[in-house]
Amino acid sequence: MGLGSGASCAISLNTELTPEQQALYQDPDCIRDLLDQAKTIAIVGLSADRQKASYFVATYLKREGYRVIPVNPRGGKILGETVYPNLKSIPEKVDVVDVFRPADELPAIVDDAIAIGAKAVWMQLRIINFEAAEKARTAGLTVVMDKCIKMELGRFSGSLHWAGMNTEIISARVARR
Amino acid sequence: MSPDRNRKFGFETRMLHAGHIPDPHVGARAVPIYQTTSYVFQDAEQAAELFDLKLYGNIYTRISNPTTAVFEERLASLESGTGAVALASGMAAQFAVFMTLLEPGDEIVASAQLYGGTVTQLTHTLKKLSIGVHFVDPSDLKAWEAAITKKTRCLFGETIGNPGGAILDLEALASLANSRHIPLIVDNTFATPYLCRPIDWGATIITHSATKFLGGHGNSIGGAVVDSGEFNFARFPTIADPSPSYHGLRFFDTFGHYGFLMKLRTETLRDTGACISPMNAFLLIQGLETLSLRMERHVSNALGVAKFLAEHPKVAKVNYAGLPNSPFHALAQKYLPKGPGAVFSFDLKPVGGDAREAGRRFIESLKLFSHLANVGDARSLVIHPASTTHQQLSDEELAAGSVGPGLVRLSVGLETLEDLIWDLDQALAAL
Repeated sequence: MGLGSGASCAISLNTELTPEQQALYQDPDCIRDLLDQAKTIAIVGLSADRQKASYFVATYLKREGYRVIPVNPRGGKILGETVYPNLKSIPEKVDVVDVFRPADELPAIVDDAIAIGAKAVWMQLRIINFEAAEKARTAGLTVVMDKCIKMELGRFSGSLHWAGMNTEIISARVARR
Repeated sequence: MSPDRNRKFGFETRMLHAGHIPDPHVGARAVPIYQTTSYVFQDAEQAAELFDLKLYGNIYTRISNPTTAVFEERLASLESGTGAVALASGMAAQFAVFMTLLEPGDEIVASAQLYGGTVTQLTHTLKKLSIGVHFVDPSDLKAWEAAITKKTRCLFGETIGNPGGAILDLEALASLANSRHIPLIVDNTFATPYLCRPIDWGATIITHSATKFLGGHGNSIGGAVVDSGEFNFARFPTIADPSPSYHGLRFFDTFGHYGFLMKLRTETLRDTGACISPMNAFLLIQGLETLSLRMERHVSNALGVAKFLAEHPKVAKVNYAGLPNSPFHALAQKYLPKGPGAVFSFDLKPVGGDAREAGRRFIESLKLFSHLANVGDARSLVIHPASTTHQQLSDEELAAGSVGPGLVRLSVGLETLEDLIWDLDQALAAL
């Protein structure tokens, strides 16, 4: 498999959003373009615990070639990367802000994401805050909500295919290497 | 952004393309057979991440294989599922579902009209693991409801029951299961996703004996589990709680909509070893590629044969939901509008007061139907339970199991319909 040129389909994957909200915050084409173009992903709330979902996500994103920047007030290093206490202290450009924090912390995180010029805010599964999402969207950021960035990348890169999952990619063109 | 990127491709297109993109190395158009046990790691770090489930990839063919993955994704796509896991057989598939979902003390409420091997698995093998089962009349919704206790963790039935042909009221059962926060598990072997997609009616988990119509040529044993991805397993301790066999990993929390299947693959399949061979997966893929064409012919031939038998003076009764006088005709019209499959039974009238002897002589006289214990072959098949699988039972015991002494089960194949009718007619004439 591999990121083919074929069509992708919107399939509902255990989300709590309504179809209208899914169209706004879970559009598959929008997600695929975002993952295609992004290079640096800051993960807010990345845990150093290797069995936590955020650690799985960071490991996978790094292996797939993204620059991953951990954000956690505890500091130190995770996966060999320096941990920053907040988004504003990151000394480089961030494309996507991936959030593993409770929904009530989203307004402050969105403010920071706008301030550092991030292109997108990604709220992981079951992290839902429409007010913060709209603020980010109004400021021109792409917003993804109640989705896992690892699952989406796994689906569009085709690697979830190895786990027997329905990527919904249909293409008769030779896969990219 | 091109507007056709969100295209929803049709069933037949997905039969041929889902799950397989020509590889960038040789561009093989057919699905390659990866007949390998294991896969070389890129480096030590990648190996560790694969074993930790932090990366998706292949380690060992007992757990996953690139040829098998094509079969899995293709079937998941056809069943409207989020993913699938293929196993050694249909029996292995449903056992893996129960082993993944249930703990000692849990209970299953199941249709009483199930394949005999399934009944044995539920009543005897699962009993050894302290899992209880309550069988109910599949068409009695109140009986399903009454059988649910605090220990009930799932409902289980077959889209088209074997051998009586009862059609499951999928929408009503899905609604009942949903109201009790338990999954509805449906075996869709006899229908195949071409005739019915239980997930579209609210079912959570689908099991298959791919040996039957999916493979369709009677050459390979295989099974599969498909998950809708829609069920909230947060309340299910077996899927949601930290797993002691994966360093405390929480499968539902970590993998979300595919948490159940990841657990089934990386724990149950890993530990029970009931894996499918890549060669069998390849042969089953060949079956999937022509599924719609074969099922159309299977159901049109089945209806033709059922109509012929229903009018024959030596036949007492035909149990096919495609006939208007069947008690399941209305349910079949709703859930299986293209046709209620190609496996059904009929009762012969007694010859000289002996229906069992009538069945035996009928089978002996057939020239085109193959006498064997399978269904879903491209060829037409026949079995007479009272003289084979159920021969040790008395007429009274047969009646208790809804299997009359003159009951004959057919699996109608793809031959010329007139030839099938000719064969049945000459065998009936011999009685």
